[in-house]
Amino acid sequence: MSIRERLSGNEATALGMKQINPDVVAAFPITPSTEIPQYFSTFVSNGSVDTEFVAVESEHSAMSACIGAEAAGARAMTATSSNGLALMWEMVNIASSLRLPIVMALVNRAISGPLNIHCDHSDAMGVRDAGWIMLFSENNQEAYDNLIMAHRIAEHKEVLLPLMVCQDGFITSHSIENIELIEDDKVKAFVGKYEPKDYLLNKKNPLSIGPLDLQAYLFEHKAAEADAMRNAKKVILEVADDFEKLTGRKYSFFEEYKLEDAEVAIICMNSTAGTAKATVDELRDKGVKVGLLKLRVFRPFPAEEIANAIAHLKAVAILDRADSLNAVGGVLFQDITSALYVNNKNVKAVNYIYGIGGRDTKMDDLEKVYNDLLEIKDSENKVENPYRYLGLRKED
Amino acid sequence: MAYNLKEIVAEKPSRFTSGHRMCAGCGAPVVTRMILRALKKDDFAVVSNATGCMEVASFIYPYTAWTDSYIHTAFENAASTLSGVETAYKVFKKKGKIPEDTEIKFIAFGGDGGTYDIGLQSLSGAMERGHDMVYVCYDNGAYMNTGIQRSSATPKFADTTTTPAGEVIPGKMQSRKDLTEILAAHHIPYAAQSIATANFKDLYEKSEKAIYTKGPCFLNVLAPCPRGWGYNTEDLMVINKLAVDTCYWPLYEVIDGKYVINYKPAKKLPVEEFLRPQKRFHHMFKAGNEWMIEEFQKEVDARWEALLKLEEMSNK
Repeated sequence: MSIRERLSGNEATALGMKQINPDVVAAFPITPSTEIPQYFSTFVSNGSVDTEFVAVESEHSAMSACIGAEAAGARAMTATSSNGLALMWEMVNIASSLRLPIVMALVNRAISGPLNIHCDHSDAMGVRDAGWIMLFSENNQEAYDNLIMAHRIAEHKEVLLPLMVCQDGFITSHSIENIELIEDDKVKAFVGKYEPKDYLLNKKNPLSIGPLDLQAYLFEHKAAEADAMRNAKKVILEVADDFEKLTGRKYSFFEEYKLEDAEVAIICMNSTAGTAKATVDELRDKGVKVGLLKLRVFRPFPAEEIANAIAHLKAVAILDRADSLNAVGGVLFQDITSALYVNNKNVKAVNYIYGIGGRDTKMDDLEKVYNDLLEIKDSENKVENPYRYLGLRKED
Repeated sequence: MAYNLKEIVAEKPSRFTSGHRMCAGCGAPVVTRMILRALKKDDFAVVSNATGCMEVASFIYPYTAWTDSYIHTAFENAASTLSGVETAYKVFKKKGKIPEDTEIKFIAFGGDGGTYDIGLQSLSGAMERGHDMVYVCYDNGAYMNTGIQRSSATPKFADTTTTPAGEVIPGKMQSRKDLTEILAAHHIPYAAQSIATANFKDLYEKSEKAIYTKGPCFLNVLAPCPRGWGYNTEDLMVINKLAVDTCYWPLYEVIDGKYVINYKPAKKLPVEEFLRPQKRFHHMFKAGNEWMIEEFQKEVDARWEALLKLEEMSNK
């Protein structure tokens, strides 16, 4: 029997980490992920985990220590947000290049500046090409479930890449919701043991790691990393299958919500998907054929699968919770429109930048997006001004 | 057992192999070899290396000069990276994944750039957290790997590529940071300053102490650079001797807060003896620049006097 609880996203994450019982956790406090190392330190202090907690002096050192521990042969985890991830950026890239399956809980928060502690996805978007598998979570349950699946994906011998589980700062990290937890022994059995082939602490077979890698080799090494990211797609689905057998909860690259017979749809990630579902329900009650595609696996990017899933739509709105300051639109918008083009699917697409710095996105806002889509779908012309803002205050 | 260089070299083959690409006349590989020889024969080590000359010349894919395990990740984090490795070791010991009788030691190497400057925070954090490791700074007094730019370890007036001795500004105008003192202020069990002397006794014995003292230990080893300092490659050991005989680089250790000066020259040589053979100080010997040598001497004297007082006070 699974355990019914009421937990915040941070509590659920810390509890998941406790059940995973990693060898090393190295973390530095930053709002809104601070609670994760706090709760976890309590588990360490009370002896309810075997983990050593390294209270490092910065996030750069947190990722460095995770790299050291993972390379040594241990399972290492961390948690961070926003500028913490930005400070780690150098090491985030090095972790994936050394093919170390470190797992991170990323509680999404706006990157400075100016300083803001609330949710948007600008932190995650800053590492979108860093060779990490990136899973997004609509609510506390998904943040927990994604974390339980994380090591199986990251440590798979055809993958060996680090993985981050994202959830929305404050919106889910600090909101208490009902959650279904898996029993400790079942988590332990599901996650399994980490047994790397080569590791630093193996006296019988010393290892040198992190070379100067020049023109004759770096290209091949990066290509191998890219291969691993492609391999991750298959592994993510396999692990999701096993997870469904364990819990009955089904996961894939994305969730299609009333998408099958929809004429128009929104695509978004994390908590906004919950608001979008409620909006879809309301509009469906009025007979409007709207739907939602909630992206869970952002890296590796399931381009072809998304293109196929939305090919039947007349118009799609892609919501980015991070602006790209590039005069063309957000990351998701660019990735998805390029997926459509490459897969020879012609769907009208519009981009909305929303929720920056924790700005609330309400059902009214999303209803407006659907109404815009209904106009776009019936228009003969190309989409005017496809790079738009949602919830931005206009100057009078 | 009395120290005997011949026996040590005969009994303990080098753990840092030939074939690395460090320059002739460089102090760093000489120092590294001897520090690793201080490991007991059966003990194994994990070395963490900051980006720098040592790293780019010793582990060029697919070749490595290291016979123990070795990790390099970035420039500023040799200490924090190693703190992760050491923590993993602690967990493995606790869980019985590593046999009780297997002893693994943790040694970080960084140049002065990776230690005095960009890596100071990571080093300070690792030392404060008490990881059982030795951090070795091979101090060559500038960013040599990128082409001799000044660091906070660069001595005053030195000519570097970012403090060129020009018509208006005669080299680096700031004094050298005293890193060994900063580390001693962390109240770690062992901090020491050393150099490769003719028989390596000082370096070997300090390395042995640092490696086999439990907790965080620090060694600051002056490691001259023929390209950056401008001396003839065959003169490495001459330069080293002048560094200690002029008291420019005092050999001392701080053991649980007590200072021990290991070498007090019977005749303290004027610092210009150390400066003269080095091209980076040539401009100080031009007519009209006598004040620079005087000022340099004053600083060396003041630091030496302060060290003598620390020894006296801490042993009262």
